[in-house]
Amino acid sequence: MKDSGTENIEIDLLLESVYRRYGYDFRSYARASIERRIRQFLADSGCASVSEMIPKILHDREFFSRLARYFSISVTEMFRDPSVYRAVREKVVPLLRTWPHFKVWHAGCATGEEVYSLAIVLQEEGVYARATIYATDFNDEVLERAREGIYETAKLQEATKNYQQAGGKGSFSEYYHARYDAAAMDGSLKERIVFSSHNLASDSVFGEMHLVFCRNVLIYFNRDLQNRALGLFTESLVHGGFLCLGAKEDLRFTEVSDRYEVVDLKARIYKKKEVP
Amino acid sequence: MRQKEAQQPACHVSYEAVVMGGSAGGFKAYAAILSALPTDFELPVLVVQHLHPGDDGSFARHLARVALHPVIEPCDKERIERRQVYVAPANYHMLVERNGTIALSLEGKVNWSRPSIDALFESAALAFGQRVIAVILSGASIDGAVGMRAIKAAGGLTIAQEPATAEYPVMPQAAIDTGAVDEVLSVEEIGRRLIELGARKSQIGV
Ligand SMILES: C[S@@+](CC[C@H](N)C(=O)[O-])C[C@H]1O[C@@H](n2cnc3c(N)ncnc32)[C@H](O)[C@@H]1O
Repeated sequence: MKDSGTENIEIDLLLESVYRRYGYDFRSYARASIERRIRQFLADSGCASVSEMIPKILHDREFFSRLARYFSISVTEMFRDPSVYRAVREKVVPLLRTWPHFKVWHAGCATGEEVYSLAIVLQEEGVYARATIYATDFNDEVLERAREGIYETAKLQEATKNYQQAGGKGSFSEYYHARYDAAAMDGSLKERIVFSSHNLASDSVFGEMHLVFCRNVLIYFNRDLQNRALGLFTESLVHGGFLCLGAKEDLRFTEVSDRYEVVDLKARIYKKKEVP
Repeated sequence: MRQKEAQQPACHVSYEAVVMGGSAGGFKAYAAILSALPTDFELPVLVVQHLHPGDDGSFARHLARVALHPVIEPCDKERIERRQVYVAPANYHMLVERNGTIALSLEGKVNWSRPSIDALFESAALAFGQRVIAVILSGASIDGAVGMRAIKAAGGLTIAQEPATAEYPVMPQAAIDTGAVDEVLSVEEIGRRLIELGARKSQIGV
């Protein structure tokens, strides 16, 4: 095996090239995973070493796009971790009701399944009309799919069980219109959703929020970048606003942990303290 | 520094961690090994078992009942501590970072599995180099074979469960077939061997 120290340097140089040439900053991503994906791309790229990829990255945009596809992990599903949505119904919605109008930020929304899931919950709880949901991602391709809201019918059917476990009050099939293999989410769910491009590594705060959903995004970041993103969330949340992270993401290991209290540990729902 | 380490005979290596992979029939094998490791066994043990995607920590809870060390499903970025067993949660790959923390990831499945044994082992090879022991147990998959090669190439120690003693021999056999396995042992022997290897640390006092 090649000396891993040398390859480590090569990877640094590759990430630096990507950043300086295209503006995408993967230098602060969780290293082990980024390395794996670079190695996978290396095996498929026909290059003999990571350094051999660097001139291609610099001079060939198409080559970079291929690499970027390896970097992009956008797996998601409707009502992923159903108990989280149940906790939102029981512990977050009652407080959202106390605001005449509230804003939700879904950071790293990928293809949008989570956003529609939350929209359904808010609709069933009768508070959707008061909401504005900002759904953001830095990957324009997935964001476009989120905006379209068209999914495989079979996948949606599979999600029916999740919907029920999430405390669904109606019939999940009422929320989409299936035509053969594809199904479109109901238009009423989209009314209060604004999709836009936002990069947690380089863009700034996003208005005054009451609820921030950022699930399974921070695991791709190293600690510095995590703290940056969490800084954005903390800055944009109102006092008493909620933060919901992925099932395996824990505020304990971060800089902002003392700014929040735990609302539901298993669902990873936190509340920004009234007084900092 | 690396160079100098690599030249040392393997018997002077003090290990930093044990990584283990299992699939079908894995629970029994894990139970036999972990119940044999005494509480003063220091090395952290990282476990990837192929789980049903809906597993809600039940595999880890079962292991906790038989293991003498605390068994946890770690969160992302958790620091790897001595005298602990870490079990990859269903649906996440569990990787090791060079800074001694755990990274969870939702990358695509490897060998139809997430978590994947290869993913853990390959990252452990990079993070620990020769200071890691990899153990591959019962399973009806080929996951882990590539990872064993990576561990071996980095100078780590590789152990496979003797296929004849495994409920499902395919997985340990696949690893053995790569030629990268140092020792082929029964689970009882694996337990004893780990205790022996783990004790080196305190003897040398590195
Ligand atoms: C695994 S998906 C999570 C999807 C969804 N939140 C869930 O948990 O089901 C991770 C998403 O984070 C996005 N992402 C990664 N880095 C980002 C960044 N720097 N800024 C914004 N989004 C990012 C990816 O494009 C991807 O869509």
